[in-house]
Amino acid sequence: MRARARNVRPVLIALATVAAIIAAIALLLLVGGYDVPRSIGALWTGSVGSWYAFTSATLVRAVPLMLTGCAIAVAFRAGVFNIGAEGQLLAGGAGAAAVALMLPQAHGLAAVLALAAGAAAGAGWAGIAALLRERFGVLEVISTIMLNFVALYAVSFLVRGPLQEPTHAYPQSSSIAEAIRLAHIPGAGRLHVGLVIALGITLAVGWLLRYAASGFRLTIVGESPTAAASAGEIDVRRETTLAFVASGALAGLAGAIEVLGVTYALYEDLSPGYGYTAIAVALLAGLDPWRVIITALLFAALEAGAGAMQRDAGVPSTLVSVIEALLILGVVAAQAIRVRRTSSATAVDDTADDVLQERSA
Amino acid sequence: MIDALTPFLAATIRTATPLALAALGELLVERTGLINIGLEGAVLAGAFGALAGATAGGVAGGYAGAMLGGLLIGGLFAFCVLVLRADQIITGMALTLLAVGATGTLYRAMYGATGAALHAPTSGPLAIPGLVAVPIVGEALFDQPAVTYLVYLLAPLLAWWLARTHAGLALRAIGERPDAAAAAGIAVTRVRTLAVLAGGALGGLAGGTLVLAQAGTFVENMSAGRGFIALAIVVLGRWRPLGVALGALLFGAASALQFAFQAMGWGAPYQIFLAAPYLLTLAALAGAMGRARAPAALGRPL
Repeated sequence: MRARARNVRPVLIALATVAAIIAAIALLLLVGGYDVPRSIGALWTGSVGSWYAFTSATLVRAVPLMLTGCAIAVAFRAGVFNIGAEGQLLAGGAGAAAVALMLPQAHGLAAVLALAAGAAAGAGWAGIAALLRERFGVLEVISTIMLNFVALYAVSFLVRGPLQEPTHAYPQSSSIAEAIRLAHIPGAGRLHVGLVIALGITLAVGWLLRYAASGFRLTIVGESPTAAASAGEIDVRRETTLAFVASGALAGLAGAIEVLGVTYALYEDLSPGYGYTAIAVALLAGLDPWRVIITALLFAALEAGAGAMQRDAGVPSTLVSVIEALLILGVVAAQAIRVRRTSSATAVDDTADDVLQERSA
Repeated sequence: MIDALTPFLAATIRTATPLALAALGELLVERTGLINIGLEGAVLAGAFGALAGATAGGVAGGYAGAMLGGLLIGGLFAFCVLVLRADQIITGMALTLLAVGATGTLYRAMYGATGAALHAPTSGPLAIPGLVAVPIVGEALFDQPAVTYLVYLLAPLLAWWLARTHAGLALRAIGERPDAAAAAGIAVTRVRTLAVLAGGALGGLAGGTLVLAQAGTFVENMSAGRGFIALAIVVLGRWRPLGVALGALLFGAASALQFAFQAMGWGAPYQIFLAAPYLLTLAALAGAMGRARAPAALGRPL
């Protein structure tokens, strides 16, 4: 009975969240003077109203959100405020495109190589911020945001410079060879096997965090670095750096999958802000990768539907950012209230506390 | 060479003005031990507020709207962090996202999705008689919009206020030892709330400067990370008003240099110049962090 109650509760919470989101959107639309039934209708048809919309719009967007959401979850769990998933995703896309274009005639194995290159590029990009944090005590919140801007301009340079298509007419790279592209899933429109990769990795990372010793170490470090170091004899710096770099690799892989499965070339606007949405995805999932799968689907549907709302009902698609921000605020406020009822401090606060103490010392 | 100097200095001051305003505001916040990453959102909200205010009431209305926009973000931060006790970093991030979404939505809803170039009234330069005649620097320093002169006054005023007044001492005490400050009878939460509101208003004013004294129009996401750069400038200026003003000048000079280099027709790709302020921020933080001493309670949970 207890077990069943425990299984039912998350479902109820999920349904309540969806209802609250739709109510909030309807309220904002009403205030803005838009045609509410028509807008909500567009939100529905654009996201889950048809098999095509569900696969080609929602699930295609869920793939990068799952991986970047997972990236944020890993970092935040370890007490690393990685706001740089967007830049790491771009770095991953650029790395994958560069390798894929170097191997024009290659077979399927080249795709694996390109994906690995993307993950490595994302890890490297996060590594810069990790190094600045460990060596110089630079707050990663600021450094990762700065690196997001730098990544954007770096990609802008690449698609107008070294990686530009041969005619030099468009700011984009050449298309990658057919053999390197990720195959479409039969009968599912534009959906590609990247979904399987993302699901597999998210499940695996979730398993590691829940049941493996490495995941336990990471969570301990995030919750109380001092206790981890003194009682657990854990090398805190090594763990946080590892989590930071792994987080970058996950985001980089998301970028690589976008290039190999969706765009087939490097573009400046490779990501419509997946790396930022990922923060809401991860926080709403309570930093648990398994739940990230659900919240990534939710936000993917929301963003797909927002596009349709803009097309069909003239509602600005930026409305989604407002909803995301309100959700994040709701989640942290609820957390803070719950924590105050039970204990004195949250894991996240503890970490920020210790990190800052260490830095000011 | 001398001919190039005046425009270079003028561009330095122009770019430094909004950065200094936002950073001075955040300095007040951080001196009470809080850290508001939502400053970027306050700058953006200020920029939109400036457009809305200026459409209704000219330049004065624009500056009022800008401060109101920043105050709104500051007020939300104060409510979430000081009343609900939510995490500061995540709250700040969410408020920036909120500002991006809300200004984008309102802009498209009020002025059309096409984003047709809208012209807000701008405040032209106001030459200060006498001083403007000083050779080389006169024109650069004293032929600026009025808001720049506000920064000239604000930085030393804040420095004096923090160092020499009771209220300033109370504010600094909160940043070092909030518990001790409370025990000494200082209304910690009230001072922090006021500091956050002032920081938001100054951040909004920074955004207003972008619209009313520079661009003459609003563009989505036009804050372009200036709020985040201002956070770095606070560290670079070692949490002191005059240091912060100098830090802002350094960033202004780096941005002005990019115009100079581009004008000289350097072969380097232009993206390097666009990325320069962000790279400089990283380099400056790496260099400054070790030597600076932050307020002891900075970023600690309440």
